[in-house]
Amino acid sequence: MPRSREGSPFTGLGPVFMKEFADHLSSARMMVLMLFVIVFGAFPVATSLQTLRTVVDPNSFIFLRIFTLESEQVGISFTAALNFIIPLMAIGLGFDAVNSEFNRRTLSRVLSQPIYRDALLLGKFLGGLATLAVALVALWLIVLGAGLLLLGVPPRGVEVARGLSFLVVAIAYGGVWLAIAMLFSVIFRSTATSALCALGVWLFFFILWPQLAGALLISLAPSEIRSIDDYAAVQSMGLGLMRLSPGTLFSEAVLGLLSPETRTLGPMLPSQMRGAIMGAPLPFDQSVLLIWPQVTGLIAGMIVVFAAAYVIFQREEVRA
Amino acid sequence: MADNVIEVRGLLKLYGAQRAVNAIDLDIRRGEIFGLLGPNGAGKTTTILMLLGLTETSGGTVNVLGFDPVRQPLEVKRRVGYLPDAVGFYDHLTARENLVYTARLLDIPRRQIDGRILEAMKSVKLDDVIDKRVSTFSRGMRQRLGIAEIVMKQAEVAILDEPTSGLDPHATFELLEMIRGLKKSGVAVLLSSHLLDRVQSVCDRVALFNKGNVALMGTVVELANQVLGAGHPLQVEASGIDVATTLNGIEGVQTVRQESDGSWRIVADRDVRAAVAQRIVSAGGALTRLADLQPSLEEVYTRYFQEARRAA
Repeated sequence: MPRSREGSPFTGLGPVFMKEFADHLSSARMMVLMLFVIVFGAFPVATSLQTLRTVVDPNSFIFLRIFTLESEQVGISFTAALNFIIPLMAIGLGFDAVNSEFNRRTLSRVLSQPIYRDALLLGKFLGGLATLAVALVALWLIVLGAGLLLLGVPPRGVEVARGLSFLVVAIAYGGVWLAIAMLFSVIFRSTATSALCALGVWLFFFILWPQLAGALLISLAPSEIRSIDDYAAVQSMGLGLMRLSPGTLFSEAVLGLLSPETRTLGPMLPSQMRGAIMGAPLPFDQSVLLIWPQVTGLIAGMIVVFAAAYVIFQREEVRA
Repeated sequence: MADNVIEVRGLLKLYGAQRAVNAIDLDIRRGEIFGLLGPNGAGKTTTILMLLGLTETSGGTVNVLGFDPVRQPLEVKRRVGYLPDAVGFYDHLTARENLVYTARLLDIPRRQIDGRILEAMKSVKLDDVIDKRVSTFSRGMRQRLGIAEIVMKQAEVAILDEPTSGLDPHATFELLEMIRGLKKSGVAVLLSSHLLDRVQSVCDRVALFNKGNVALMGTVVELANQVLGAGHPLQVEASGIDVATTLNGIEGVQTVRQESDGSWRIVADRDVRAAVAQRIVSAGGALTRLADLQPSLEEVYTRYFQEARRAA
């Protein structure tokens, strides 16, 4: 029989959020994660700054190139490093969100206070996301500051706007992985198992998926390609498969934002080339339009995974 | 009845086809200590969780302080304190920080938080370790911190799940004192346990759980009458005579059974101690002990489950 419950599901959300945020910021785990990020982020930034100091071109988006330049010494750009590291941070923050409460036997005591489970799960998610945001903003400011000091030119307004949008996309990307990590923390009672599963998903998307998607495409694609339309269809199917990975969505969004000359994230059609000046940057709003599906995809993924965790958590028994 | 803080009618919990709680009725009165007894898996904890709205019910109605835990869990949880079996706290926080978190969840006004925490910690004699991390606390101290949480909450009903399990005798004694303290301050206490003699010493009424049913409910004396039969059991220790034959014919004596060498157990329908003593002494026996046996919950419990098993 349907019986509606009374009271706001957000009762107690504030205290849960504040506690999670404070716990994360003061935890040793957070220190380790920050160290990780700084080490992995510093190398690409330092080397790309070295390269950029020799460039003199007032029209190029020099600040954005700090993020995207793939220098020869390191072979990886700052954004590519983030693509890889943000999931790790989010998993680190979320893999034991719920099951550790269970194992410490605090879950039933906390839930016997006047709050719904909604507030606990959402508070933990937002606490983790805020922590991630603080770390990413700090990192972003460090990179920007280093750029200012070493390049000696201030960033232009549009570069700041693109940089800030990049930050928002990075946080949304972190949110997806935080939701995945929390989903496993709800499913598995053992923190080790949930960490392992979350890391497994991460490795799957970064190592296995590109090859798996390629193999899938071969088996799904028509055996012979007769026209340009066939070719385009196969191309877009391949892209669609790749875009199931949050990492792909993130890197495409970053490409659109930080490389303003990007006109399309799929195959370039002749119609899109008409009247275009090769290498000319797109206006900011056009770049945002270009990557809008990717950003929506990331946010939708975050919501879907969080909703799954929510449904499972509501059905879980609190008793030991 | 306005005097009941908890009213349960036909409460049902199904796990698949299994009836974990099978249509039970319970009434907890204002200001009493009520014990839920029974073996593990009898449905005690499930019942408690349903009272708090932490588990869905499969049928029946529950009324806690005028609220329905299924539909109004926040109202119930605001007024009811819960101490789970082997309660946990955040080890990396101090006792005070743990309670501050609870106080925030309870939305206690900020100005009152400090005072209420200090008062609660004093009432469980933990005020000297208030700023120590909970990781340094013993099991008994954690249980007491759990009581402090209930005191701070100013709950009208306290539900304690196995509060004394795993505690040493001294810690158990202290905890029971605190439970009596809760009662003194007007809180109705519902506790579950299988430490029977301890429960007997604090509970006003008990309910005996068996396979999801409330097998027996009432005061300890009432249960004893139901299970052990009405009557006054006596223990007699004497030497020099055969007590069984000597006591033959005393009015009121129902059975005389030798329990061991020189020790007999007598059941009578009234207090026959004076007559028994006189008969033994006049028969030339040396009477060394004559005791009125208080019905013990342990005995009730053991006997009940023996009979339940025999009946099965």
